[in-house]
Amino acid sequence: MKETGFSHSQITRLYSHFHSLDKGENGALSREDFQRIPELAINPLGDRIINAFFPEGEDQVNFRGFMRTLAHFRPVEDNEKNKDPTSGEPLNSRANKLLFAFRLYDLDRDDKISRDELLQVLRMMVGVNISDEQLGSIADRTIQEADTNGDMSISFSEFTKVLEKVDVEQKMSIRFLH
Amino acid sequence: MPSSVYLCLSRAVFLVCFVNPLIMQGLSEDVNEIQDHHHHQQKENLTGLPIVTFRWHHVQTPYLVIIWVFVAGLAKLSVVELSHHVTSVFPESGLLIMLGFVLGGIVWGADMAQTFKLIPPTFFYYLLPQIILDASYFMPNKLFFSNLGAILIYAIFGTCWNAATVGLSLWGCYEAGVMGDLDIGLLQFLLFGSLIAAVDPVAVIAVFEEVHVNEVLFILVFGESLLNDGVTVVLYNVFDAFVSLGGPRIDAAEIFKGIFSFVVVAFGGSFLGIVFAILLSLLTRCTKHIQIIEAGFIFVVGYLSYLTAEMLSLSAILSITFCGICCQKYVNANMDEKSVTTVRHAMKLLANGSETMIFLFLGITAIDTEIWVWNTGFILLTLLFVFIYRIIGTFLFTWMLNKFRLVPIEVIDQVVMSYGGLRGAVAYGLAAMLDEDKIPEKNLMISTTLIVVYFTVILQGITMKPLVQWLKVKRAAHSDLKLIEKLNNRAFDHILAAVEDICGRIGDNWWTRGWNRFEENYISWLLMKSKARKNRDYLFNIFHKLNLEDAINYVSEGERQGSLAFSRSDEAANVDFKKQFGSEFADVMPNIMVDVSNYELGIEHFSVTSIVKDTIPSVSLDIHGQDRKNAMDDINAHHLLQQHLYRSRKNHRHKYSRSHFSINQNEDEVQEIFQRTMRSRLESFKSAKMGVNPAKKITKHHKKELMHKMSNGHTDSTGHLYEDEVDRAVGREAGAINSTFMRDMYTMGAGIENPVFLPDMDSPAHSPPWLMETEAVAPSQRAQRRLPWTPNRLRRLAPMRISTCSTDSFLMADVSLTLEEHDEQPQTDSEEMRPVFD
Repeated sequence: MKETGFSHSQITRLYSHFHSLDKGENGALSREDFQRIPELAINPLGDRIINAFFPEGEDQVNFRGFMRTLAHFRPVEDNEKNKDPTSGEPLNSRANKLLFAFRLYDLDRDDKISRDELLQVLRMMVGVNISDEQLGSIADRTIQEADTNGDMSISFSEFTKVLEKVDVEQKMSIRFLH
Repeated sequence: MPSSVYLCLSRAVFLVCFVNPLIMQGLSEDVNEIQDHHHHQQKENLTGLPIVTFRWHHVQTPYLVIIWVFVAGLAKLSVVELSHHVTSVFPESGLLIMLGFVLGGIVWGADMAQTFKLIPPTFFYYLLPQIILDASYFMPNKLFFSNLGAILIYAIFGTCWNAATVGLSLWGCYEAGVMGDLDIGLLQFLLFGSLIAAVDPVAVIAVFEEVHVNEVLFILVFGESLLNDGVTVVLYNVFDAFVSLGGPRIDAAEIFKGIFSFVVVAFGGSFLGIVFAILLSLLTRCTKHIQIIEAGFIFVVGYLSYLTAEMLSLSAILSITFCGICCQKYVNANMDEKSVTTVRHAMKLLANGSETMIFLFLGITAIDTEIWVWNTGFILLTLLFVFIYRIIGTFLFTWMLNKFRLVPIEVIDQVVMSYGGLRGAVAYGLAAMLDEDKIPEKNLMISTTLIVVYFTVILQGITMKPLVQWLKVKRAAHSDLKLIEKLNNRAFDHILAAVEDICGRIGDNWWTRGWNRFEENYISWLLMKSKARKNRDYLFNIFHKLNLEDAINYVSEGERQGSLAFSRSDEAANVDFKKQFGSEFADVMPNIMVDVSNYELGIEHFSVTSIVKDTIPSVSLDIHGQDRKNAMDDINAHHLLQQHLYRSRKNHRHKYSRSHFSINQNEDEVQEIFQRTMRSRLESFKSAKMGVNPAKKITKHHKKELMHKMSNGHTDSTGHLYEDEVDRAVGREAGAINSTFMRDMYTMGAGIENPVFLPDMDSPAHSPPWLMETEAVAPSQRAQRRLPWTPNRLRRLAPMRISTCSTDSFLMADVSLTLEEHDEQPQTDSEEMRPVFD
């Protein structure tokens, strides 16, 4: 649990919420448990985010996995730099936050966002008024902006580079109650 | 068009002025005098029968009142009709004041005296209450209460700070001789400080209406302006009493009494407001048979609470504020939907009218040579101190608050907050109520107050927008965002919103949850009509019934068309819905609408912990309330993306507005997203079922086998799940059983190798949660509000067929076994809904 960086009280809170979500009371959440949250149905990326909680190929996420995913959204604190340098990068570092977002786009986990994957995401986030050709051209332009090695797809390093000006730490942070 | 308006306006004013010479005094003429005059006239005209007489004195008072209301209406009309260029610079309130100058000039020219002044009783008893009632009735409660701590700090300590510092500084300057010769003392300075310290709700609303700011900022300033009345009243009365007592008689006991009176006045006023709110809710609970007048009760009881508090020398504004805040939910739930609409419209009408009249009269009152006393030092120093100490006070208290707040208040918000500390008519009213005998410099104070009011409303109102724009430009990114950045920003918004929702209101402490539970169980029982309460629970059921119906009919539509490839025919599907569920909802609909309006009114699901900085800067400029983004590139792609990206939750503006009360506009977007999500979930479910359909029989076999095996305590990788399900076979876990059936079919190797079922499938082959009727799907209020509740979509709701829920669907045929058992369960599960609800 230490790797998540949550404090004791935060963990207790999260566990009680995990427990209330877990209807089956089997100590793990399934996709239905997430789908039961109605706001996710009206969030364009809702289902994808649900998927992000589940490890590869599994259908259940236990509390540890739940916390791990949520740990990505902890705000970045300055005093974390003083912590043990050998413990590796904390889960809520900028790189890991970006990786989380990257994995949302990159469904097949080949570490590249292909044009099709980008199109899928765009289609999810955009209204029905845009035709496929227009969407395709947007996708092409987007890839053009980010693609530096010309392989018509966005790798994680290209992704990181093109978003370096964006304040990811702030945008992907939720304040959990102390 | 505008010219004709001006013509009307001037004609009305001339009418008034023409009538003036016939009047002895203004509005304050005695009724007896009128009667005497009447008798007198009667006795005179005995010579012949008058056919027509000009009986001005009969109608004088109401006529003048109505003429002024008419003039105010015309003034508002003319201000609104002015060229866009002007209105984009000047705030409406400023324009009204200036128009008041003009009108005052006309009246002055006709009369050589200002016969139409804004006298305090008129203001405090006839013009102010409806504005406050309107403000509190439409107050976003969740937002208000979650920021209540900050609001109280600003209201109480901020106002005391302002009063003390301004008073003391002025006194210091007076002692230093800057102001020349004045007959004034320390206590009078403090009194003046207290009346000039209060931020005015009317002015704040008027100006912030045009500068759209983020919700938190708005509620802080607005809430502060409402609640500081408690302090202002106390301070004013205390110092007024001290001035009467005289300096030497003030000792510790008096000061202590002063502090104690604050507690009594503030809490007494609030408590009185709550009592009236309870009374009002109970009243509306009983007005089922007389729906035509129930709308009137709001106004009557609200006004009663105001006057009662005033009578008991408690804080009247606090009383009516809490009356409005506490009653909104129950009144909206209890009343007929037409009454709710009536109340809303009437409130806005009255509030708008009052505000117009207040600003107009603030202008008119200025044109009066009697009250003007000019003392350069006093006036300028007051302006300076008011401005500076507001800034200092705001930053000081915000710095202290940010240590405790979960989400700190940014610097730019603090700047706007301090700049938005506008004084208005309340300060003027208090100044005009000063006793001239006790305070010889009353006219100086009135003059200063008027100048401060004009300064803040006009000048600060004008410069608010450019200031904000300048700050925003500094804050925003210099370079244009690339497409991918924009896309990602929006994606991050969505991600964040989703994770917030998953986390639920983790930030809520025990108090909030406890209160919500208490409120739902006891208070709603008392104050809400039982039918309204059932509808509220009913809404929860309806939510997943909606999903269910949607899903079933959507898929059955697809079945009829013979394939799964109906991803683009959602229009056709919708049409079918409307045809199918035509008029069955007549009695269901109105009640739901009431609840909808309840939730629409902005009882917003606002999680304190999850407020994150906006992607666009928190303060932005908006004219006419349209959501215009700043960076509109010419590049097609940017343009397209900008226009069509779904808005995320954080882009919603605050819900309170003086002139309209529409809810957020992106219902269509929500509908689209919802449909798409359900469709994709259904498709994944359907693709699982596609493998099942050819093997229907085997499914049934499997069910029996599974049941059998499960009862034997069968275990496999998900064995513990099965056992639980068996134990609660009639319980809530039917859906899970269903899903385990699905999963089991391929894990157990049902003998039919279907690649669809291979475990490494991406999309989950579970039954969608909405098929699990009995599950406690309790949407938050935000979801309820956003989900398709508007009338044309309500027709898609199934009627309350609890017992036979969609048994006609092919899907039901498969899972009917387990689901039918649970059709009777929804009611009992309502208990379970609450934890999930919050």
